[in-house]
Amino acid sequence: MVAVIDYGVGNLFSLRCSLEKLGADVVVTGDRAVIESADRVILPGVGAFRDARRKLRDTGLDKVVCALAAQGKPMLGICLGMQLLFEKSYEFGEYDGLGLLRGSVRPLQGVVPADYKIPQIGWNALRFRRESSLFRHIKDGDYVYFVHSYYAADCADSLIADCDYGVPVTAAVQKGNVFGCQFHPEKSGDVGLAILRAFCFEEAAV
Amino acid sequence: MITKRIIPCLDVKDGRVVKGVNFQGLSDVSSPVELAKFYSACGADELVFYDITASAEGRRLFSDILTETAKEVFIPLTVGGGINTLDDFDRVLKCGADKVSVNSGAIRNPELIEAAAKRYGSQCVVLSADVKRVDGVFRVFARGGRENTGMEAIEWIRSGVERGAGEIVLNSIDTDGVKQGFDLEMLARVCEVVQVPVIASGGAGCIDDFIQLFQTLPGVDAGLAASIFHFGEVKIRDLKLAMAKSGIPARI
Repeated sequence: MVAVIDYGVGNLFSLRCSLEKLGADVVVTGDRAVIESADRVILPGVGAFRDARRKLRDTGLDKVVCALAAQGKPMLGICLGMQLLFEKSYEFGEYDGLGLLRGSVRPLQGVVPADYKIPQIGWNALRFRRESSLFRHIKDGDYVYFVHSYYAADCADSLIADCDYGVPVTAAVQKGNVFGCQFHPEKSGDVGLAILRAFCFEEAAV
Repeated sequence: MITKRIIPCLDVKDGRVVKGVNFQGLSDVSSPVELAKFYSACGADELVFYDITASAEGRRLFSDILTETAKEVFIPLTVGGGINTLDDFDRVLKCGADKVSVNSGAIRNPELIEAAAKRYGSQCVVLSADVKRVDGVFRVFARGGRENTGMEAIEWIRSGVERGAGEIVLNSIDTDGVKQGFDLEMLARVCEVVQVPVIASGGAGCIDDFIQLFQTLPGVDAGLAASIFHFGEVKIRDLKLAMAKSGIPARI
């Protein structure tokens, strides 16, 4: 069973639909026991880092996520869910993340060339930087859909793919059983579904 | 490299796709769910569903269609039409929309943009504007292009972005349905004043119109059209290949 963590941020309808389309046994839940009993866990999220981080803390689910990650349970953060996996974010201040991955979340503003729009909205090509089981059904150069104004920086040890937005921008990360996508696999057509299938159905450990 | 997006627009009434020429003379085309699946398979980068229903029953049918589509199609889905309140945002987002476009609702109540951006994030809020030249001035029209609001369009769009709109759909009433190309003059003016993505709408008649759009105006991020796609006059696959050939980044 795949648990999609529902902690009150974002719209999980599309994500649920995409997983169901793949035939996954999916539960969207904020229930600790259900999350702990899942084979795989997805941490979604849209919106502001601070609010999401606070909600995870208030629900106590941050500790659950960290404990499961430490136990080796396959875990996938999507968009803001990926950003939460890092040590710190500099979105509207300075906030601690879950610290499961080394690196920090920083604004695209000032990093990308001035004629590039922020947020990055649209389809961009993945450039593989390291092999990952997440990519077993897709190929280098495949397009995925991004919507974001912040990105993961200083994460060379977990970077598995980036995209070209005037500068290299972190697209996907992995450290052992912990995976993250800055883009939205549930909105990235067949390529996105193939990424979710790789996460849901096959041995995710490296 | 981020690609230029190609977006088919489906006008939906009572659960069916319709397309008006210059907003009049509607004709039934096909099933929204089937069309959406077809377009997704052809390489459409995004879909827009406009609900042009007025009745509660039509609105319920629209929500059903949206839900059904979201279960089958995994590319971004924007919904517009009849969005007047935060409850309307809520209703369509729960049915699987990723972005919501506001038009007349924002004209009546500009604070709607701010409130929605605050609750759902700017990336979720698309400001759609129907614009027409009146005595040499770009004016915003409401109610599906029927009513001149008297507002100057470029300033309206600029202020909409300031309020939190994360994307602009600029529909030129002057070029809509005429199939002689996008309104490059109007689009250029909008690109000058906003930093968010701009989606061109109204006037595409052939592949070359899209090529000309993206080559002339680098600030335009996407091209939207309806009937030329619905009637197969322009095939999305051919369009994407032509874009790539012309050096325009396209997802193929």
